Amino acid sequence: MFKSVNVRLRNNRLQTKGKIKAILRIWIYIVLIIGAVSFILPLAWMVSTSLKVDRQIFVFPPVWLPNPVRWMNYVDAINYIPFLTYTLNTLYVSTLSVLGALIFSSLAAYGFSRIEWPGRNLLFILVLGTMMIPLPVYVIPLYVVFRNLHWTGTFKPLYLRFWFGYPLFIFLLRQFFMSIPKELSDAAKIDGCSELGIYWRVILPLSKPALAVVALFAFLYSWQDFLTPLIFITKQKMFTLSLGLQQYQAQHGGTEWNLLMAASTLMLLPIVVIFFLAQKTFIQGISLTGLKS
Amino acid sequence: MRQRRKNLRNGLLFVMPWLIGFSFFLAYPTIASLYYSLSVYDMFTPPKWNGFGNYWELFHDPIFWISLSNTFYYAIFAIPLGQVIALLLALLLNTKVKAMPVFRTIYFLPTIVPPVVIAILWLWIFNTRYGVLNALLAGIGIRGPNWLGDPAWAKPALILMSFWTVGQPMIIYLAGLQDVPQQLYEAAELDGANWWQKTLRITLPMVSPAMLLNVIIGLIWAMQIFTLPYIMTGGGPMRATTFYALYLYENAFQFFKMGYASAMAWLLFIIILTCTLIIFKISSKKIYYAGK
Repeated sequence: MFKSVNVRLRNNRLQTKGKIKAILRIWIYIVLIIGAVSFILPLAWMVSTSLKVDRQIFVFPPVWLPNPVRWMNYVDAINYIPFLTYTLNTLYVSTLSVLGALIFSSLAAYGFSRIEWPGRNLLFILVLGTMMIPLPVYVIPLYVVFRNLHWTGTFKPLYLRFWFGYPLFIFLLRQFFMSIPKELSDAAKIDGCSELGIYWRVILPLSKPALAVVALFAFLYSWQDFLTPLIFITKQKMFTLSLGLQQYQAQHGGTEWNLLMAASTLMLLPIVVIFFLAQKTFIQGISLTGLKS
Repeated sequence: MRQRRKNLRNGLLFVMPWLIGFSFFLAYPTIASLYYSLSVYDMFTPPKWNGFGNYWELFHDPIFWISLSNTFYYAIFAIPLGQVIALLLALLLNTKVKAMPVFRTIYFLPTIVPPVVIAILWLWIFNTRYGVLNALLAGIGIRGPNWLGDPAWAKPALILMSFWTVGQPMIIYLAGLQDVPQQLYEAAELDGANWWQKTLRITLPMVSPAMLLNVIIGLIWAMQIFTLPYIMTGGGPMRATTFYALYLYENAFQFFKMGYASAMAWLLFIIILTCTLIIFKISSKKIYYAGK
């Protein structure tokens, strides 16, 4: 008899525990959904405004669902701002940035991980140290250097920093290259492969995930960059999307919110598409950069 | 011996692009900037030696002090609050419920929005009369302030906005949380620990390295905040959002006071280094490193 009471008690306790868990789960969902709504709301507001007619913009309280929906805003935005030119400029810079980052960061990372040479670790510490130097410290003399090279007013200052081994990417790739067994290099060497051959035929093919992270972030950085174009680009026909959008806002801001939101949506769109296609690479990249402690 | 020489040659060849870039586009400009900071330089005539004149002038420049205090104001509120929010979100996203990948995606999405888009979008959200934020506030009976037009509210507005893009520290915390061995929690449960005790004694120590990293990244970033205030407020109203980097940019590229701006840059570097060292010092005893 005693036993059965005990069992019942335990069952009761398990039941209440299960109930608490179920209630907790519901609360977690509620908080998660509130959070999700507040994170998505600004973007929803952007898209909603981008589809409104003029008279629906300046109303209080604001309207969430545009009526009528004016898709022409997107066409207008593209025509008012030389959107196509800016997009091509940005694409040009981004493509060259990604290429440079892939080639030269991986070359440097190879030199810092797969070859033993005196002074290697000292120089690598220097690579890490340079990540600490804030841009304002060297940007003024850099401007003077670029001006003397007649590079101001060209796209070179925008992508060249990726052509000389970008410290964060060197670090990332080096960590990855270190995890590849040394025996693979040795075997290739016995077969008569040069260091460049090993880099190209052995290491790079094995490092596709890390290279994907580098390509993704190089694209993202150059696509979003605002300060470098602001300092180095002078002619309007060479503006990138960031700079072009800001200049348009500075001149016509405060009135044409629907067109501004349409242009903003267009600028965000490719990134969102890439984000959904390469979400794993994204998250991996962020956690990898977080490993540098 | 020959192999060693060959390795040295090969190694140097592989890192040569970086070495060239480092020498000409980083090392030289950094040293030159130190020299400029001790000169009067307008970029059109050669720099003239001025000793510590720029630094002396800075200490007597009221706007310099305003920009410094604005920047500290921003850092002191945005970093700790941002860390708390990022950690709470990571804890939430680490629970085991259905549809979690969808939530993680949504929470991270704002972080990939380009800064220029963030700036323009939030200009519209913060709009006093027609902005959606004040409409929501009005919905619960609060009269929203003139966010970006009121010197008292402009900085809080920018800080509030920064919480929208906490995705990066959030993901780093989440990665840290997922590395916590599950046995620790099971052992603690056997000993009768409750949720709060588990969080305080297991979770927080285990994510402390991630926290140190996030705080330092956040600090370096916050001390150089530029794009968002430059576009949204241009430093106003009444200098309320003239952050350090904004005033530096103003001196360098609008007034062409390159020597003066270089002195500001070097002071900024020293401030960031000092703060980082202080954070390391304070945290050195409180950080738990697995395997050490």
